[in-house]
Amino acid sequence: MGSIFNAQQIVNGLQVGSIYALIALGYTMVYGIVRLINFAHGDFYMIGAYASYGAFFLFNSFFVGKTGILAFIVLVASMLAGGAIAMLANRLAYKPLRYKPKLSSLITAIGVSMFLEYFFSALPMIGPSYRSFPDIIPKIEIDLGVATISNYVIIDIAVAAVLMVGLTILVRKSVLGKAMRAVSQDKDAARLMGIDIEKVIGYTFLIGGAFAGVAGLLAGMTYPRIFPYMGIQPGLKAFIAAVLGGIGSIPGAVLGAYIMGLAETFASAYNSLIGEGIAFAILILVLLIRPRGLLGEKTADKI
Amino acid sequence: MAKLKLPKFFIAAGLFYAVIELLYSFDLMNGYILHIINQSLIYVILAVSLNLINGITGQFSLGHMGFAGVGAYVSGTLTTLIFKINPSAPGGMMIFVLSIIAGGIAAAFIGFLIGFPSLRLKGDYLAIVTLGFGEIIRTIFNNIDYVGGPRGLLGIPKFSNFTVIFIATFLTIVIIRNLIQSSHGRAMLSIRENELASELVGIDTTKYKVLAFSIGAFFAGIAGGLFAHLLQLAHPTQFGFIKSVEVLIMIYAGGVGSITGSMIAAFALTFLSEGLRIGIRFIADTTGLPIGGEWRMVVYSLLLIFIMLFRTEGLMGTKESRLIKIKEAD
Amino acid sequence: MSAQLTIKGMTHYFGGLRAVSNFSYEVPQGSIYGLIGPNGSGKTTTFNLITGIYTPTEGKILFEGKDITGAKPYKIVQGGIARTFQNLRIFSNLTALDNIRVARHYTMKSGLASSVLRLPSFMSEEKKVKAESAALLDLMHLSHRAKEEAKNLPYGELRRLEIARALATKPKLILLDEPAAGMNPKEVEELMSLIVRIRNEFHVTIFLIEHHMKVVMGICEQIKVIDFGETIAEGAPDAVAKDPKVLEAYLGKRGA
Repeated sequence: MGSIFNAQQIVNGLQVGSIYALIALGYTMVYGIVRLINFAHGDFYMIGAYASYGAFFLFNSFFVGKTGILAFIVLVASMLAGGAIAMLANRLAYKPLRYKPKLSSLITAIGVSMFLEYFFSALPMIGPSYRSFPDIIPKIEIDLGVATISNYVIIDIAVAAVLMVGLTILVRKSVLGKAMRAVSQDKDAARLMGIDIEKVIGYTFLIGGAFAGVAGLLAGMTYPRIFPYMGIQPGLKAFIAAVLGGIGSIPGAVLGAYIMGLAETFASAYNSLIGEGIAFAILILVLLIRPRGLLGEKTADKI
Repeated sequence: MAKLKLPKFFIAAGLFYAVIELLYSFDLMNGYILHIINQSLIYVILAVSLNLINGITGQFSLGHMGFAGVGAYVSGTLTTLIFKINPSAPGGMMIFVLSIIAGGIAAAFIGFLIGFPSLRLKGDYLAIVTLGFGEIIRTIFNNIDYVGGPRGLLGIPKFSNFTVIFIATFLTIVIIRNLIQSSHGRAMLSIRENELASELVGIDTTKYKVLAFSIGAFFAGIAGGLFAHLLQLAHPTQFGFIKSVEVLIMIYAGGVGSITGSMIAAFALTFLSEGLRIGIRFIADTTGLPIGGEWRMVVYSLLLIFIMLFRTEGLMGTKESRLIKIKEAD
Repeated sequence: MSAQLTIKGMTHYFGGLRAVSNFSYEVPQGSIYGLIGPNGSGKTTTFNLITGIYTPTEGKILFEGKDITGAKPYKIVQGGIARTFQNLRIFSNLTALDNIRVARHYTMKSGLASSVLRLPSFMSEEKKVKAESAALLDLMHLSHRAKEEAKNLPYGELRRLEIARALATKPKLILLDEPAAGMNPKEVEELMSLIVRIRNEFHVTIFLIEHHMKVVMGICEQIKVIDFGETIAEGAPDAVAKDPKVLEAYLGKRGA
């Protein structure tokens, strides 16, 4: 057993895995419902980070010392921003192409992603360079001997866990959840049952985008730098994680994300170049060996 | 007995060459415009070669500039090595041409490898995998210190000029056009149209998909080599995903499946890009507003979105102008 | 004399679902044989297995003595088996003529180099293929559509185009998957005589799937009936039509 598999790396892996999980959920939900790889999803994460940054500086003078309320505001801001942009992108760019060849939607998603990244970096008040994320909650580190845990780790994992549980309850128990599952399985049948497809799709984008936004906030807090292109790498990795777990499967996205987080952390500890390439290696392996992913369903194409 | 007719395209190309050369020689065109024309021609090679993969054969390659990168680095390394060892090596042009071709062959080999995932993957997944391959190629070059790593490969001798680039572009168009307008081309088109049916009329779809990637990569490698010897450098950032998307925008703007469209779009977008760059700097300078070069890419991305939303077939759709289309004997 | 197409004990599972069960058949050269059964009974899957789209879980397929079980589709086609599709698979953006020409492609010997260089050998081969393809279009009364993009053709003409395309692969056996689907009675009559003509003039064996009883009864020399992947009857059309098991499969227990 190599020295890379120590407790500290496991902690780090779970931490980054939590962030990937929140992003991966959005990818998987959108793919499940409209069979689209939303290239721009990583940019909703970026927008969530900037929105919470902006919210912090907007509101911190009003709530000096009241960290709890500030944290809440910032959280809400990230969710609103991520969710709103996601819904907007869906409404303006994806909905018109819903019944056209899928390739058109994919290319449009690339365009939306590019637009968001360059627009944000072109805006003078944001700019292309890195920004330091403020300390909304002061960082406290605890040395457990075998590893060092900070309260950020606990927050990252806890927030992700709460949201994942909430999503699972929503999907299993609520009317909207049932509608989402119906539309994923058979759009036409769902329509015939009186479900408003476009509304359900809109909500799916909203939730997925909101989750990505929160991930952006958490990432900003944990690795305190934000920049307009910050969504590219995590977005790609979260997407691969969703594929690994089985694209379209919510538990799959979570499983894939934590595997990805751990794998990446171990690989980077071993060799940084391998760390960069591990995500892609996982993708190739999955697509060649088990394209439906770990928890995905086998879909047969009727010929 | 058949009369020997010089095809229209050859005449048109010849005229184009003559006009540009004349204008330049008589100082009616400055070096800057010629430089943009050179770049446009190289983008024609990139666009037409990508169109072979995406437009004609219906595959989805998002890592096309990776192939160009291979061509640039291989040819650039060869020429810098040879001319470092012997700065006045005889037959410089010949060495240059050979190294460009070597770059193309190296790229073709990579394209061949990438062709294999295309056999089992469709649409979205193929896109992601080709994207990933392109990024891996870029990362590899970023990490090889021998070719300059993150600083790039510098000091490449300037062998590319209008004549060389023109000839390369001309040959690219003729070769790819002749390929498409032949039985082999129809085989590739049938894969795009309905891959299963294509297989069921006896077409070895594996062979043709890999072939499309290999040939497309070859010409992209040539383009990369020409670029490297024009700008005298090869740098990892020139061959990343966003650059691949720029070429993608060209073929979509011009019409996926149309060589003519790719040619027009390559020129139009290269000039547009320069125009935007100048225009933005002008506005920034005169108004004092902090408008950065990123706005150019904002315009590009909006252009892509608009094309997809309002005119997916681009300028030409899948049609060719009569200059390009070979008239079939009836 | 052994049959041209011999299928022995072919069984195929899709995951846990058994689509075809112990399918055995012998189709003699030059015959017109039929395969019928209710919807979802496994007929198209059988064709997909014969043409190599799927490899059967069990069983063997022999064509002209050679084992073609699990061979690649394009190789099976080049070996002499062609097919049409239940839901047309036409090359929509290619012209009708090009649709046919693609099917002739594998017979061309000209490589890439000679096509790029436009060598005389390439030019004469292209000319030959073009003439042959035009002749096939003519046979199907589609010459007027030669330069038309296939997507503009009406349904009935597309069905004929697919048959012409199958013929273009120089087959010895053609699998027709519901060739009469969506046709009116007059078109069905024309189709029936066309199929017989093709068999006679091109010396091909015809194996067809059909729902139109008129076609099946009219031109098939022997038919096999399957339901839920299993064979429930086999023999001359008249005998099969009276078979109570067949009636039950189609009409349900009470209708027999």
